[in-house]
Amino acid sequence: MATTTVKTETFVGKRIRRREDPRLITGTATYVEDVQMPGMHYAVILRSPHAAARIRSIDTKQAVAAPGVVCVFTGKDIKGVGAVPCGIAMPDLRVPPHTILATDRVYFVGHPIAVVVARDRYLARDAADLIEVDYQVLPAVADPEKALAKVVKQRIVSQRLVPMAMETRGVVAEWHGADRQLNLYTSTQIPHLVRTLVAGMLGLEENRMRVIAPEVGGGFGSKLNVYAEEALTGYVSMKIQKPVKWIESRRENFTCTIHGRGHVDFYEIAAKRDGTILGIKLKLIQDVGAYHQLLTPLIPQLSVLMMPGLYNTQNIRADIVGVFTNCVPTDAYRGAGRPEATHGIERMVDMLAAELQMDPAEIRLKNFVTKDKFPYPTATGLVYDSGDYATPLKKALDLVGYHKLRQEQADARKQSKYMGIGISTYGEICAIGPSPATPAGGWESATVKIEPSGKVTIMTGACPHGQGEETTFAQIAADELGVGLDDILVLRGDTAVVQYGIGTFGSRATAVGGSALYYALQDLKAKIKKFGAMLLESEDVTLTGGKVICNKTGNSKSLQEIAGATYRALKLPPNTEPGLMATRFWEPPNFTFPFGAHIVVTDIDGETGQIKIRRYVAVDDCGNILNPLIVDGQVHGGVAQGLGQALWEQAVYDDNGQLITGELMDYAVPRSHMMPWIESHHTCTPSPVNPLGVKGVGEAGTIGCSPAVVNSVVDALSPLGVRHIDMPLTPEKIWKLLATKN
Amino acid sequence: MIAQKFEYTAPKSLDEALHLLASGAKPIAGGMSLIPMMKLRLAAPEHLVDLRALKDLSYIREAGGQLHIGATASHYDVESSALLRQKCPLLTETAAAIGDVQVRNMGTIGGSVAHADPAADYPAALQALEAKFVLQGAKSERVVGATDFFVDAFTTALEPGEILREVIVPIDDARTGTSYQKMAQPASGFAIVGVAARVRQNAGKISFARLGITGLSNRAYRASASEKALEGKSSTPADIQSAAALVAQGIDANSDLHASADYRRHLAVVHASRALKTALSRIA
Amino acid sequence: MDITLTINGKSYSQDVEPRLLLIHFVRDVAGLTGTHMGCETSLCGACTVELNGKAIKSCTMFAVQAKGADIVTVEGLASDGKLDPMQEAFWNEHGLQCGFCTPGMIMASKQILDRNPAPTEDEIRHGLEGNVCRCTGYQHIVNAVKAAAAGAGK
Repeated sequence: MATTTVKTETFVGKRIRRREDPRLITGTATYVEDVQMPGMHYAVILRSPHAAARIRSIDTKQAVAAPGVVCVFTGKDIKGVGAVPCGIAMPDLRVPPHTILATDRVYFVGHPIAVVVARDRYLARDAADLIEVDYQVLPAVADPEKALAKVVKQRIVSQRLVPMAMETRGVVAEWHGADRQLNLYTSTQIPHLVRTLVAGMLGLEENRMRVIAPEVGGGFGSKLNVYAEEALTGYVSMKIQKPVKWIESRRENFTCTIHGRGHVDFYEIAAKRDGTILGIKLKLIQDVGAYHQLLTPLIPQLSVLMMPGLYNTQNIRADIVGVFTNCVPTDAYRGAGRPEATHGIERMVDMLAAELQMDPAEIRLKNFVTKDKFPYPTATGLVYDSGDYATPLKKALDLVGYHKLRQEQADARKQSKYMGIGISTYGEICAIGPSPATPAGGWESATVKIEPSGKVTIMTGACPHGQGEETTFAQIAADELGVGLDDILVLRGDTAVVQYGIGTFGSRATAVGGSALYYALQDLKAKIKKFGAMLLESEDVTLTGGKVICNKTGNSKSLQEIAGATYRALKLPPNTEPGLMATRFWEPPNFTFPFGAHIVVTDIDGETGQIKIRRYVAVDDCGNILNPLIVDGQVHGGVAQGLGQALWEQAVYDDNGQLITGELMDYAVPRSHMMPWIESHHTCTPSPVNPLGVKGVGEAGTIGCSPAVVNSVVDALSPLGVRHIDMPLTPEKIWKLLATKN
Repeated sequence: MIAQKFEYTAPKSLDEALHLLASGAKPIAGGMSLIPMMKLRLAAPEHLVDLRALKDLSYIREAGGQLHIGATASHYDVESSALLRQKCPLLTETAAAIGDVQVRNMGTIGGSVAHADPAADYPAALQALEAKFVLQGAKSERVVGATDFFVDAFTTALEPGEILREVIVPIDDARTGTSYQKMAQPASGFAIVGVAARVRQNAGKISFARLGITGLSNRAYRASASEKALEGKSSTPADIQSAAALVAQGIDANSDLHASADYRRHLAVVHASRALKTALSRIA
Repeated sequence: MDITLTINGKSYSQDVEPRLLLIHFVRDVAGLTGTHMGCETSLCGACTVELNGKAIKSCTMFAVQAKGADIVTVEGLASDGKLDPMQEAFWNEHGLQCGFCTPGMIMASKQILDRNPAPTEDEIRHGLEGNVCRCTGYQHIVNAVKAAAAGAGK
């Protein structure tokens, strides 16, 4: 084999269809609910119908005797299981003890009370109705502001949202008593952290627990957590020595899986008469819910970190007040703190522009951190890695035809028509993150193995679940090694297969996990070259196109030949071990800071208050783009969730702590006919933080969207003196403004 | 999300179905409302009689100068019926506005109407059409008009043991125009307010007007004051506006998370006006 | 009750409780787990299957109601290892991310083209009103249906 044809096709940067899709489009992927085992038992959880109550007694006799029922556990029956963890340590942070089942008190509707286990899920459900709980109902607090004194400033609400992943949570636990081995299949974004923490809760040695995140049907932060049910299902399996399956119902998903947002912000912004921003002040009230879940206290801190936005100001002050309510806890949901902050800042900048009678684009351009200032240290202790904030805004203004639109708007106003143009320019904190700044380690891991046949297996600790890294990571490896995509397999989501990893959240999988992969590939390439040089008997060799080539003779050895030689090990280069595998745990030196500009043009029906989005232009800068098809998909999906918050979605609790938007019947997620066409464009400012130059794009659409929409609608109604509207912008809210201000 | 146990019968004949209903069984057709309620355990019938098993209840035909729609004709059957499109376009337009494709494939006109959800779409159109409802009991059959059929939220003129067998709507001449205008609740697709208009013009004057309103109150109703105000008018924008302004008169409007009573009343006026304008524009 | 259904051309007979949902028959009796339970209240469409040629939500139908019916699930679309054009279009256009809604989305998309071979963007969007996707923002799904329509028209 001495051919020297060089493979020239590269993959990074191309629109390549995803390698994970064949199983998903044929219905052959395995989600948690699809896991079947002989002797499977089914768990159904009885939950509190009250937001606040004392449990006087629980009578499970009838349920235990019901057909098919194997056992029922209440809080009092659970012994030796640790609390549901909060991963954030802060001085004086009050962390109420969070048991996996309630014992004497319940604190939110949906609080787990008892678990019924039966051979059949229908019978388990029937038996749950037979448990009698005697509650003493107590007054509930569902509104975080009711517990606090009034402050009057510009109050901006980021309402509670339901993450609503299409796949609800679910757990299958399989205990092998003789081996002291617990296998836990769970729909999670963080299998290794779940293993560490749930093993801890159950008092099980960590190496005796295997966590598998099979196909995961969406997370958006809601599966970046450790839940009572993960420990509970494991506990039950260990007790009854049978595999046990618990699948969350959609109703439970609404009431018992974390919510996002839930911030009430009071903002002040100060500026010179010429529009130069001097400082931003914030008092942030966080609706914590009944408990601190894994990252609850972190979310408002991310908001505060993001407060300077893209603007050159060193005067930032923030106070955070966390308020416990009788509602399900809030925690990370797409953007996690950054959409709330961006919404507030971008609203305030628009208000400032209105106050100073400046154009909203102009005031932004005036205050941006300029290109020459990077790396830019912020007042909140961050160092922005790279940026060119004016370019995407100018591009978006061009694309949308800004000046023409302003003329059209002036004409529309003469005819009493309501047309709005809204701009938001956002920054975000991605590639989370350096370990000192994160609660559980901010690095990521990758292993690359080249098998004796030359095929390449990658194991990523990042656990992607829909973001497409089975494809983008294959693209990176294919280009580095000079092999085809079909030669590569990416494995994820199984603690018995993959080295310890952190997970996919905070737009980090590619920037941090992809970089770990890149460095592991460099290690491997060095070893491949060493073996190639040995086999070619030359020091002057190049690795290209899947071959090591002797630069003098042109002779080459294929990757397959070299891989075979490393495992056969008849001869080894000096100080070199057999085999072809490398693992890297890569610690990023900094976060990355993507940015962009979104412009939204709206028309408002003056009779009904309905908002129609005429144009949606997004210009996002996420650094280098590995696969434009996937990046566009992330932007579209992000915008949909941002638009959901801006226009339709809201988790509403009544005064008794009942979630009145507890089904898809009342909680309006965006549907296809509600979405505008998104004109997605990019600028490219590579990140210097990682070798790929990527920044992350998972949350960009969500963060950029909501302020652009609200700014657009406020702009449309500004002739009426409207200054601010809280989300969601329901037609009724708009109609009321039209009716009262006209 | 698992229903309580129940017995199920797919009857072989209408008589068998009526016999079972007489002894307390509950009819199910498309199940689009009933099954979710059963799964949430808000409904727990002990015995279901599946009317979809009666194939001869699913028909759309013209007879005696009227259109007859069998109770188990699906919304899709109605939406896609060439006969109805030509002779009762208000019904096809309304059927197409219900839920989504899958719901329209399964849901039936009889099931929807008998369920009498105050936010359902069909009742607005059936009020405007002055539809007649054929109610079949074990021993007898009776025909009830729309104004008497819709009694209250989730309550109709159906007596225990009766089923809704057929809906009858008239065939209008070419001087009649119709329209259904709706604001959908964004989560469920049900009507926050829906208005069906049916107007006839004669020598430039409105000779006849019918307006059916859904979503606004506990039952779909006819806006008689508006109808009267329109008759004899020449359908100027001012005529339409002043008639539309009366649609919610005397109505105790619903209020919920999705729309307050005031907003619903306002929407009823706006949609009445739009439905009337569209209906008039459709007159050949 | 004894019932027999045909799913993807294969006959399945089983004694079932009347309350067994069709989706559980498909998933548990026939072992076809491509059809997913998303919302349980017929609002998300993840459970969409074709029943006697019509797209329906299998979480909101009892299996006994489907007695004798001919059902097609996502697993029944590809034949002899060749993907259905709609599957191929979803793949080419990146019409999916987490994949959970995808089987139902593909079944609903097929119904659109069955009834209207050349739909407009608006008709596609309304045809998918009953299917929620939380990942894609629908744009690539719309592109997929357009591409499948264009491909079929060739």
